[in-house]
Amino acid sequence: MFLSKVVRFKKKIKTMANNYQNEKKTSENSIRNFNINFGPQHPAAHGVLRMVLELDGEIVDRCDPHIGLLHRGTEKLMESRTYLQNLPYFDRLDYVAPMNQEHAWCLAIEKLLNVQISYRASLIRVLYCEIGRVLNHLLNITTQAMDVGAFTPISWGFEEREKLMVFYERACGARLHAAYFRPGGVHQDLSDNLLNDIMDWSISFPKVVNDIEELLTENRIFKQRNVDIGIVSKDEAFDWGFSGVMVRGSGLAWDLRRSQPYECYNDFEFKIPIGKNGDCYDRYLCRVWEMKESVKIVQQSIEKLSKCKGDDVLVRGKIAPPNRVDMKKSMEALIHHFKLYTEGFHVPKGEIYVSVEAPKGEFGVFLVSDGTNKPYKVKLRSPGFLHLAAIDHICRGHQLADVSAILGSLDVVFGEIDR
Amino acid sequence: MDESLKDLNDFLLSNYSEDIISSNIEHDHLSICIVFSSIESITSILKLNNICKFRTLIDITAIDFPSEEKRFTLVYHYLSMQQNIRIRLKSSIKEGQIVPSITKLFPAANWFEREVFDMYGILFSNHPDMRRILTDYGFQGHPLRKDFPTTGYLELRYDQERKKVVYEPVKLTQEYRRFDFMSPWEGEGFVFEQSGEVQEENKDNG
Repeated sequence: MFLSKVVRFKKKIKTMANNYQNEKKTSENSIRNFNINFGPQHPAAHGVLRMVLELDGEIVDRCDPHIGLLHRGTEKLMESRTYLQNLPYFDRLDYVAPMNQEHAWCLAIEKLLNVQISYRASLIRVLYCEIGRVLNHLLNITTQAMDVGAFTPISWGFEEREKLMVFYERACGARLHAAYFRPGGVHQDLSDNLLNDIMDWSISFPKVVNDIEELLTENRIFKQRNVDIGIVSKDEAFDWGFSGVMVRGSGLAWDLRRSQPYECYNDFEFKIPIGKNGDCYDRYLCRVWEMKESVKIVQQSIEKLSKCKGDDVLVRGKIAPPNRVDMKKSMEALIHHFKLYTEGFHVPKGEIYVSVEAPKGEFGVFLVSDGTNKPYKVKLRSPGFLHLAAIDHICRGHQLADVSAILGSLDVVFGEIDR
Repeated sequence: MDESLKDLNDFLLSNYSEDIISSNIEHDHLSICIVFSSIESITSILKLNNICKFRTLIDITAIDFPSEEKRFTLVYHYLSMQQNIRIRLKSSIKEGQIVPSITKLFPAANWFEREVFDMYGILFSNHPDMRRILTDYGFQGHPLRKDFPTTGYLELRYDQERKKVVYEPVKLTQEYRRFDFMSPWEGEGFVFEQSGEVQEENKDNG
């Protein structure tokens, strides 16, 4: 009885040992790559990005971004709305720098209609586009710093963003979804008080940039996480259709404000910062430098604005509402107002592609008009779409932790990628 | 910029006249219509030829003209940073025609072609990864086609009882509103489509 028990016990141990040996063998022979989901709820995913990462240990073998979680069908919706009704959709694309998007839409319509806007309106547009650029870079630099572990910059940067959003609010009444740029100019003129306050801000702001730089630029951890990470060569930048800071970081002197000037950028003095190595760190430096240059443009445009006080900021033709005072007296003005906000204006038949240097890169609008009051087709070309498309190429062979650093420096916002 | 576009236009017309149907220069773009079969060859010329050097792919999209025999027009935009010029390539295709992919020449075309497939149902041959990109997992139909309703066919909500997200056919509490603010004699005409009587009455009056 006892003996049989012992035999059984011995057998059991033997089989267990065998199993263990076998298991060890198989587990050594068949090490599987590990698949993980990065997002869609991940603070470093900058919105709703689901990325399926195939990992070999800590090394990224493949990454497959699943986008479209914020797809709202903007292009489809635009086909059934008038040109003016479509304008606010542009605020909702890249919601970090809303007015830069509106700009492309207004330019496309104006070019098709062959409308020349007043110089004052043009200056105001430049002023707010540059404010948008600072808004965007502040958010990008500080959140990217947070992705690699620095928390202080974000609280300093967002204080400035708050001030800038107040400027947005004082110009158009909304902090984010401005709908301020209109075909034919801008919605309302700016008051002197506001311009003075923007000037004051522009004088104090460079110090804040220097403070943030002091935290990051020579920071040991920040450099370890960014230098030589996510290197993009010039050829890669071409192949993957990059634009904006993504090409400038790689050493290509390409900025639409200079190379294909639109609005009145030709009248301004500013420099285009260019990187050398094309890594995350160079792109960070480019953005910091661009903010400083933007502040210069802001100051110049306020100076220029003081010289053309009182000029109308809208082309008072068919595409803009009549003067408020006229509407109280003139029947025709009242009819015009009613027809503009119901039927809208007609845009001549044609096709046009217009692009602007948005903070993230080249933002373009391809507009096909069939001569009615609604666009026949609109395609929105967002820079982030192409930058994110290349993430598989850039991330291969990097460590898992670098993915969030690279993603941060690509500067993606899902409003514009998913549309 | 316009002069270099003219030079480019002359160059293309003199060397590849059989591939090009028409061309014009408008709004800082050289826009050329090419025959369907030469999409690949013209693209590689644009990229590799020293006169063109269109190294950056800006955009690929399509336009839907449901009434035409060749229903879709594919539109490619390229940019040459060296020459500082832009070009638009257009080609009309029938529904169901398969387009050669240009991902080998321009890796950036990958997502654009996926988007065109997703939105218009145009398939690309030799594409490494022809999946939907922007729409939901398991989505059916191609939303940017003109015959696809803006409201779509399915809506989803969270079901408290089943504790999961469920898909249901779209239920509109109010009919989809299409406003026609234009005067009756220049309007879109769908008012007349809805009731044949009105149209006849109008005809009598006219």
